[in-house]
Amino acid sequence: MNTPPVSTRTTGGDTALTPEKITVTADKPADAVARYALRLGDDALILAQRLGAWIARAPELEEDVALANIALDQIGHARSFLSYAALAWDKTEDDLAYFRSEREFTSLHLFEQPNGDFARTITRQLVASHYQYELYRRLTGSADPTLAAIAAKAVKEVDYHRDHSVQWVLRLGIGTDESHRRMVAGLAVTWPYVDELFRDDPLIDELEGIAVRPSELRDDFDRIVGGVLNDAELDVPAGFTALGGGRDGVHSEYLGPILAEMQVLAREHPGANW
Amino acid sequence: MVMTTMVQERTPDEIAADERIARPRPSDTAARAVWDVAATVCDPELPVLTIEDLGVLREASVVAGVAHVSITPTYSGCPAIASMATDVRTALVAAGYPDAVVKTVLAPAWTSDWMSVEGRRKLKEFGIAPPVARVGVCPIRAAITVPCPQCGSRNTRQQSRFGAAPCRALYVCQDCHEPFDYFKVH
Repeated sequence: MNTPPVSTRTTGGDTALTPEKITVTADKPADAVARYALRLGDDALILAQRLGAWIARAPELEEDVALANIALDQIGHARSFLSYAALAWDKTEDDLAYFRSEREFTSLHLFEQPNGDFARTITRQLVASHYQYELYRRLTGSADPTLAAIAAKAVKEVDYHRDHSVQWVLRLGIGTDESHRRMVAGLAVTWPYVDELFRDDPLIDELEGIAVRPSELRDDFDRIVGGVLNDAELDVPAGFTALGGGRDGVHSEYLGPILAEMQVLAREHPGANW
Repeated sequence: MVMTTMVQERTPDEIAADERIARPRPSDTAARAVWDVAATVCDPELPVLTIEDLGVLREASVVAGVAHVSITPTYSGCPAIASMATDVRTALVAAGYPDAVVKTVLAPAWTSDWMSVEGRRKLKEFGIAPPVARVGVCPIRAAITVPCPQCGSRNTRQQSRFGAAPCRALYVCQDCHEPFDYFKVH
């Protein structure tokens, strides 16, 4: 593919948020802080792209609206995180979203997992919303004021996403034999990607007091999600754990097609604006 | 489920204190003039509400002859913030501030508590139920009764937590049978 290198790329238009429009501090983030913001932004961006594919395909009209709203919140979080990260590298959020290759995306494998049927999407939402809630709740206390501000907005919104997924897990888990069977199947394919959410790495060590340590989220996650599954008459799946590698840019076969769809317009029509 | 005992009613003093946070209109004459121009801009999705009514207008100042205005989004992904920023700039340019700078800030995070009393009244007249009182800390999520903006009945039901815009939920009145939007407590 004839892709313009990121360094020569400029995104135009008044509608693109520039870093100075979004940040609460005029200071450029340090490179490590920017790389951390990029991670969280990538998670949200890829999940938003997945959820958006449900629009006009959900089981009922209210779900089209609900999943679209959740996707929109995720886009909002992604824009805030990517705009902040972009400030460190003299780029824009659009440069980061549309002009990075698959190996440069740092999202975790959970977020790129296929939608599958509605039950599978709901199991992914159960995991994603509880992970993000526990993460953002702690990030509001970050020593970095911009990350803390983004998290303070995001945590209120992700709380809605938690509620949405819990209501559906309960309905489907104790609904009919068929809905229960689909939830069991959905959990089985989603669960191998849970472990990667809670892995620490050197970047986290470097950002003590600024980043949230992923391993610290695990107990609350297990307790709350375990309780929901128990109420829904579902078991926490036991089984294999996926290798992961998303934070290092190593992805499954699912990320490439997501990026191709998301990036094609911006790459075919550089500077396009609408 | 209705749990009226959990509702926190705000005292007049609390409302006045909240009002100073919700609408920090500057006392300085030049800055106040900039605030008042920006305060005329309406939400594109809710044209009866100004950004001042919503609590979206956060700051106005004049620095070295240049007008500066800060606004904050209601929800992180709300696309209305971009058009509100453009509209504020347009209004300021028309009012004689050609170099006006409009900035979007995230902190403190917006809350529906910042909506003005006048804004709540206008919203209800427009057919959208304004946010009701906040529910205190409790172990389960309690649904507060939302009165129907059409007939006033409290016999209403939440159809969906998510609506036509991030700030709204879908409700149905079980007496007049009309669907309506509810501006969520957030």
